[in-house]
Amino acid sequence: MRWLLVKDLRILQRSPLLVALLVLYPVVIAVLIGFALSRGPDKPEVAFYNGLSEGATVELGGEKIDLTEQGSRLFDEIDPVRVDSREEAIQKVREGDVLGALIIPDDLASNLQSTLKPGTVEVFYNAEDPAKKQFVENTIEAQVQQANAALTKRIAVEALDLLDLISDGGSYSFLGRDFDVLGLRRAERILTEAGKELPPGSAQREKLKRVIDFAQLARENLAFSDDVLGVVGEPIRVNAKALEGGSTSLNAFAVALAAAVSLMFITLLLAAGLLAVEREENAFARLVRGLVSHTALLAEKAGLAALCSTAVCLLMLAGLGLFVDLDWGRLPLWLVAVVAGALAFAALGLAIGALTREVRAASLLAFMLALPLAFLALVPSGAVAPTLFDVIRAVSAAFPFKPTLDALDAALNDAGGLAGPLVHLAVLALVFGALSRLGLRRFA
Amino acid sequence: METTTETTLSARGLVKRYGDRVALRGVSLSAGRGELVAVIGPNGAGKTTLLSILAGIQRPDEGTVEVAQDRVGWVPQQPALYSKLTVRENLTLFARLERCSDPRETVERMLDLTDLGGRADDQVGVLSGGNRQRVNIAIGLLADPEVLLLDEPSSALDPRQRERLWEFILRLAGEGTTVAYATHHIQEADRYANRLIVLADGERVFSGSPDELESATGTTGLDFEHAFVEFLRQQGH
Repeated sequence: MRWLLVKDLRILQRSPLLVALLVLYPVVIAVLIGFALSRGPDKPEVAFYNGLSEGATVELGGEKIDLTEQGSRLFDEIDPVRVDSREEAIQKVREGDVLGALIIPDDLASNLQSTLKPGTVEVFYNAEDPAKKQFVENTIEAQVQQANAALTKRIAVEALDLLDLISDGGSYSFLGRDFDVLGLRRAERILTEAGKELPPGSAQREKLKRVIDFAQLARENLAFSDDVLGVVGEPIRVNAKALEGGSTSLNAFAVALAAAVSLMFITLLLAAGLLAVEREENAFARLVRGLVSHTALLAEKAGLAALCSTAVCLLMLAGLGLFVDLDWGRLPLWLVAVVAGALAFAALGLAIGALTREVRAASLLAFMLALPLAFLALVPSGAVAPTLFDVIRAVSAAFPFKPTLDALDAALNDAGGLAGPLVHLAVLALVFGALSRLGLRRFA
Repeated sequence: METTTETTLSARGLVKRYGDRVALRGVSLSAGRGELVAVIGPNGAGKTTLLSILAGIQRPDEGTVEVAQDRVGWVPQQPALYSKLTVRENLTLFARLERCSDPRETVERMLDLTDLGGRADDQVGVLSGGNRQRVNIAIGLLADPEVLLLDEPSSALDPRQRERLWEFILRLAGEGTTVAYATHHIQEADRYANRLIVLADGERVFSGSPDELESATGTTGLDFEHAFVEFLRQQGH
């Protein structure tokens, strides 16, 4: 087997273009998929016209709310390109310089102040494709909603302060003058003392008592206003709990995904190609005429493919580690996950190689199988009908991509157990190994 | 071409089916030490199937083959070589897999024997069809086989290379190697074989010397190819 290994390495060494493509292509695909998943256009450029004067405020209950400060919340998720007019903003969208335009009109502050009609902002964008349209709508609408929610909360706080003033009294500033507000509590106390001076059973005392009761009732009910206004400010709170899956961040998951994709491509193509080349060169029959057993031949191909892909995958992880935080203390676990995935993919690659007569056919079949497997494994539950999802899950479980991704996610990101995916991969390696052994019967 | 009666290759009642198609129908043959046996017949007659069963590559559905497989050299119709390896690397690889006692010496001997010393460090992919076939044959001879099986050995060769190939094979036979070969070149069967096995539709329809075939058809003195075609016609093929 040693001499076969040396022979295969020598053949790979003499095919530098093939090897370069074999390594570079999956790494590029993996990194692209990783980026696509972890980053949209992270901070898309949006033309921004602010028609408000510098330091524009809205006064609510004597409190001034800085609209510029509130508006800056819109920029958390976008990269604003400031323009001088509404027309310039629209022009930039038309010319494709920016993803969209956000216009804050001159009358926003006065509309908000009047409380007769809501403040309105304008959004312009090109909807040249549905994906972009949805992205812009989602991004800007989400940001406007956040700003709305922030304003609502702020207004609720001001309203609460006013209600406290009505309930408990205190000082209040308006148009530069200070006022002393009596408040229901002090009014109730004054009235109670005044009532004591009236003769018991007198009609005036009875009337005064009704006013005192009202003041007390009003004050007690105002005490609930904190909770009520709290609910108005934030009607729905989200308390999310993940029932399945780990707490892996999208970036960390993208690393595991990139590693799984590159491992899959390299191993599948190498294993399938190395086996198919024996047939293409007519050497298979000569080899298995007592020189090498079928099983030893398969083991050599699987071992070489797994070795090469493991090395490339670990190098890729090391490279990604320069940009993303990876827990190097878990390196032994990475190695276990990568080797297990590589062996399972190698067994699948051998089965593909045993089915085909030529290297090109083997490579094509490996490609055709690999991409759908990767996409199927990423279909989330709820994205398709339940029955279809069950089918997708069963198909994904029958091939090594999903368990490899789970194993790598567990090893890299401590997301879930590693043992389950490893056992799954071992079973798949045995099944595909047996299938490739059967496939060799028609190989000569 | 001296042959002895010592049988080194024997097969009895070989039957091979591919689904419903019967490729071999109870074919038997035997060959002695130093004997040259030509297997001829029309396309699809079962020549390659017979040789691949004798080489141990396929198993017969019925019948037996009596030969020690480790003493059989096999030269397939299509050169079984790695085109990215050099001539020397191909020979060395198979010499090691054949567990030759001294792979380096064996390779040098084969390079001399096949007159490929000057191309030893060329990758096989750049060689002509004839030179590839010489490497292919050299690999079949690496283990000094008692029996050499060749499937269409001269099909890719020009007349001069063919002449040299047959000189080489005759020398091997002269040294005691049993040689069985399938060929489409009927003149090669007439000129070099001690014995002919004629297959048609998977059936052995003749076993004997070329002269006996000519006698059987009454075409003695005429062109041997003509005799062969006439024989097949008389047999209904």
